[in-house]
Amino acid sequence: MGVQHTPEGRPLPLPNPTTRPFFAAARERRLLLQHCPRDGWFFYPRSRCPACWGADWEWREASGRGVIHSFTVDRVGHLQPLRPLVPYAIAIVELAEGPRMTARIVDCDVDALAIGQEVAACYEGVGDTTLVHFTPA
Amino acid sequence: MGRRAAAIAGLAEWRPQRVWDRPMFMLEACAALAAEAIEDAGIEKGEVDGLVIPPVWESPMFGPSAAAEYLGVRANFGEVVDLGGASGAGMVWRAAAAIEVGACETCLVLCPTVPPPPPEGAPDPGRLRMPAYLGGDAWGSPQGQFEIPAGLVAATPSFAMVAKRYQAVYGLREETLAKIAVHARHNAQSNEDAIFFGKPITVDDVMRSRLVCDPLKLLEVVMPCFGGAALVVTKAERARRGPHRPVFVSGFGEQVTHKSISYAPDLLDNSIRAAAERAFGMAGASRAAIDLASIYDCYTITVLVTIENAGFCERGRGAAFVDERDLRWDGGDWPLNTHGGQLGAGQPGLAGGLGHVTEVVRQVQGRAGKRQLPRCELAYANGTGGMMAEQVALVLEGA
Repeated sequence: MGVQHTPEGRPLPLPNPTTRPFFAAARERRLLLQHCPRDGWFFYPRSRCPACWGADWEWREASGRGVIHSFTVDRVGHLQPLRPLVPYAIAIVELAEGPRMTARIVDCDVDALAIGQEVAACYEGVGDTTLVHFTPA
Repeated sequence: MGRRAAAIAGLAEWRPQRVWDRPMFMLEACAALAAEAIEDAGIEKGEVDGLVIPPVWESPMFGPSAAAEYLGVRANFGEVVDLGGASGAGMVWRAAAAIEVGACETCLVLCPTVPPPPPEGAPDPGRLRMPAYLGGDAWGSPQGQFEIPAGLVAATPSFAMVAKRYQAVYGLREETLAKIAVHARHNAQSNEDAIFFGKPITVDDVMRSRLVCDPLKLLEVVMPCFGGAALVVTKAERARRGPHRPVFVSGFGEQVTHKSISYAPDLLDNSIRAAAERAFGMAGASRAAIDLASIYDCYTITVLVTIENAGFCERGRGAAFVDERDLRWDGGDWPLNTHGGQLGAGQPGLAGGLGHVTEVVRQVQGRAGKRQLPRCELAYANGTGGMMAEQVALVLEGA
């Protein structure tokens, strides 16, 4: 219900009024995050800043750069529709702006990935949706 | 000091099974567990005036009243607890706290995980299917938008990322994690009800098992199954009149910070630190004095980071601690999960988490059978829910 699926069963985000600007920017291959005047950047998109509950945040374009905070290589494909892609890498990326974001690391040798490695956002269009992945910078 | 107003008086626990041969609705299973538990505790049904349960499948709304109605109980305290693997431990302290403040006098903690009978003509649900999305696909769910599409589903990838970071920050030999699985299986050989009774393993077996999510291998992952567990918590003076030695809930602590591992404040320094600090402080007990640790073990890495964060060793020393200690029930210098834990006995849903408490109760009451520790006066039990997200610590001691 909060996830839409491709005909192959691949889950895609179902944006809502709060998160839509993030996904609209992704379609333009831009990484848009919220910025609070007191507490700085935060992710994922929320109605209020999680640090101060203020509502006076604004959308700002982020660099799309970050480092791998941690990762794993899924060898079995816990997400069944992604099984044709195994082994695939899932990472928590620490963005240059500070917040952490989980994404797949694509176009890489999964056995050569390392924590601390620099990565950059990249984008994959799936139907009307654009997914944000990262790839070694 | 310490809180000794409420005590565990008795228990019920069903043998974990991969395939469950007696389908029951959840409310039916609650009734069966309740009847067994009060009989064990020597408590009359009419004395029960509190119910703490997980979300009720037959009544996703109004769970406590659905359970009170089905069981025929006038509940002065009725609570649904939704803390994943930490639910069992979280239910125990809620029951004890409710008794301590006088909200109720005798409270049942019920954790059934069995399949319901299939509707007419429907396929047999007797085999367990874990929902990979774990509730993250509700409309508006952040997880459904930012984690599930990235492939972060089920639990293993999240715990693997904790292990991977531990390796990078502190260093961690994969054999150290394997040892946790091997000692869990060893302990399971003393528990005829364990899923892996009769199936000991070696470090080599673990190292050679299939790599699932780097660095976690198949034999480091729990086996999901069906089962059920229950406890009777009552006023200390009532427990003293029962057939078993009362087990005081002397200290407890809980902390919850995140749902997805992506937003854990720190992958390695987690909330069990605050929960355990509160629990030991409340009990006025020393970590060095415990006779048994009963630590939630959905994965090997969960045990290692919990030992460290619960304060049994310094930060970054968890791997060394595991290397240096013997975690076996028979002669180990730091007996851990004497029943085999969930890695050895199986993970019957929420009953697996409560099983870490029922084992302490058995050991303290001196009815752990052939795996009985020579001395068990003080124990630490904990629950970890979700992606290292819900953390509950308990300090339990014999009266």
